Amino acid sequence: MLEAAIFQGLSWNPLTDLHELVSYPFMVNALEAGTIVAVMAGVTGWFMALRQQTFAGHTLSIIAFPGAAAASLAGLPLAVGYFGFCGVGALALAGIAGTRQSLSAESAAIGSLQALALALGFLFVTLYHGVLNGLDSLLFGTFLGVTSRQVAVLLAVAVAALTLVVLAARPLIFASVDPDVASAAGVPARQLGFGFLLVLGLSVAETSQITGALLVFALLVTPAATAHRLTARPGLGIALSVALALAVTWLGLALAYFSIYPVGFYVTSLSFALYLFVRVANTVAGHRRTTMRLATEPA
Amino acid sequence: MFAQEFMRNALIAGNFVGLACGLVGYFVVLRAQVFAGDALSHVAFTGALAAAALGLNILAGLFAATILGGIVMGLLGDRARADDVTIGSFFAWTLGIGVLFLTIFTTNNSAGNGTAGVRVLFGSIFGLSTTDVRTSVLLAILASAFLLLIARPLLFASLDAEVAAARGVPVRALGLGFLALLGLVAAQATQAVGALLLLGLLAAPAGAAHRLTTRPYRGLVLSAIFSVGAVWIGLTLSYEFPTLPPSSMIIAAAVGIYTLALLATAARDPRPARLRLAGLYGPPGHAHDHA
Repeated sequence: MLEAAIFQGLSWNPLTDLHELVSYPFMVNALEAGTIVAVMAGVTGWFMALRQQTFAGHTLSIIAFPGAAAASLAGLPLAVGYFGFCGVGALALAGIAGTRQSLSAESAAIGSLQALALALGFLFVTLYHGVLNGLDSLLFGTFLGVTSRQVAVLLAVAVAALTLVVLAARPLIFASVDPDVASAAGVPARQLGFGFLLVLGLSVAETSQITGALLVFALLVTPAATAHRLTARPGLGIALSVALALAVTWLGLALAYFSIYPVGFYVTSLSFALYLFVRVANTVAGHRRTTMRLATEPA
Repeated sequence: MFAQEFMRNALIAGNFVGLACGLVGYFVVLRAQVFAGDALSHVAFTGALAAAALGLNILAGLFAATILGGIVMGLLGDRARADDVTIGSFFAWTLGIGVLFLTIFTTNNSAGNGTAGVRVLFGSIFGLSTTDVRTSVLLAILASAFLLLIARPLLFASLDAEVAAARGVPVRALGLGFLALLGLVAAQATQAVGALLLLGLLAAPAGAAHRLTTRPYRGLVLSAIFSVGAVWIGLTLSYEFPTLPPSSMIIAAAVGIYTLALLATAARDPRPARLRLAGLYGPPGHAHDHA
C-alpha cells in the first residue's frame, strides 16, 4: 500500500517501465543530461578526492547558486550565470591556494568565500522577488525542464573539459600525489592546480543545472570516494568512479520519475549507501586478511 | 530603529549569537575545522526539516541534530581531519535526506508553510519572538561561558596535541566537547542567519582575528568583537534598506571585515606566524620539574 502511494504508475515490470521512461522527450533529455553530468562529475570528482580538495569543491558547488540567481535577476540564460560564477570562483580558490598559507588560514578563507557566495545568492533571489519554487530548484535541482539545447551545451562543455583532463592526466596525478617531487621534476604543479580548479568549476557549473547547487557535491564526492576505497590504480579508479556516478544518476532519475520524492534524495542516498557498503566490506575483508595472515604465520 | 520590537529582539538575539559564534569560530579556525562547521550547517538543515515534517518542535530537532552531528564527528576523531571525503559523503547524503523531508513537509502543509525550508536555510532573525530571544541569549551565554572555561586547555590541545596529551590534558575529550559545543552554537546561529550562512559567522570574523594577531586571548576578543559588529552592521543595513535580507547583510559585513583584515596585513609578511604559546603553561624548560 505504501509503495503504491510513493511509487505512482510503476507496473513492477522492468521492461514496461523502462519503455515508459524513454517514451517522453523530457525524460530522454533528463537521462542524456544526467549521463553527461555523471561522466564529468565522476572524472573530476576522482581528481578532487585525490588532491584532497573536498572543501574547495564544495565551495565551488555552492558558488553555482549565486551564479544562477544573478543570471535570473539580470534576465540572462542560467548557464551564463553558472559558468561565469564558477569560473570566477575557481580563480578565487586558486588565488587562496596560491598564497600557501597554513591549513587553518586557508580553510578560513575558503569558508568565508563560501558564505559570501550563499549570502549573495540569497540577496539576488530576494531582489528578484523570486518564486520560492524557483529557489528550491536552484538549490535542489530539477530534471523536468531540461531542453535539447541545454543537452547540446552540456555535451560541448563536457567534451572540452574531459579532453583537457585526459591530456593533463599524467602530470596532474603526479603533481597531486607528490607536489614537491613533481615540481622538482619540472612538472608545473601550480599551473596544473589552477587549471584543475577551472575544470572542476566547469564540471560543477554543469552538474548543478541538473542536481541543484546543494546536491552537486553528492555526485562529485561520493562515487569518487567509493572508487578510491576500491582501488588505488588511477585508470581503474576513474572508470569505477564514472560507472558508479552513472549508476546512481540513472537509478535516481528512474526512481524520481515514478515516485513523489525528489531526485536529489535518491541520488545522494544511493551513492552514500554504496559508499557505506564498500567501507564496511573493506573493513571486514581487511580484518579477515589480517587474521588469516596472523594464523598462517610461523610460530 | 530601537522603537520596533522585532528590531530590538533581532539586535539582542543577534548580539549574543554573534558573541558565541565569534568565540567558537576562533577555535574552529585555529583547529582547521571549518569544513566540520560546513558539515554541521547541513546537519542543522536536515534536523530542522525532519522535525517539521514529523510535526515535532523545529528548535528541538535543530539542537538534537547539530549536537549529535558534532559528537559523531568528534568520535571519528583524528581521522575526521584527514578524511574530508568521508565527511563530504556523509553530509551530501544528509542534505539529500533534508530535501526529502522538505518535500514531505511541503506536500503535507500546502497552505502557508511553504517558506519553512527557506527560513531554515537562510534564517529569520526579524521573526524572533521574545521567548526565542530569551532562549538564544541564555544558550549563547552558557556556550560562551563554557568555552572560556575550557579555553586554556583547549588552546593548548589545539596548538600541540601531543605535548598537551603528555602533560595530562584530556585532548580527545576536549575535542569531542568542543564539537558538541560547536553543534549547539550552530543550531543557535541557524535561527539568526540560517543553516547555510552560519559558516560565515564562524569563519570570517575568526579568520580576520587570526590575520591581525598571533596572541590567543587578544584574537579571541577580536573575533568576538568582529562577529558582534558584523551582526549590528548587517541588521542596521537591512533595517535602513528593507529590500536587503538581514542574513545576507550580516554575512556580507563579516566577509567585508575579513577582506579589510586581509588588505591591512597584505603588506606585512604574508606567512602568518605561529600562535604564541609563551606564558600559557609556564616556561617550557621547567615543564618536568613538577612531575
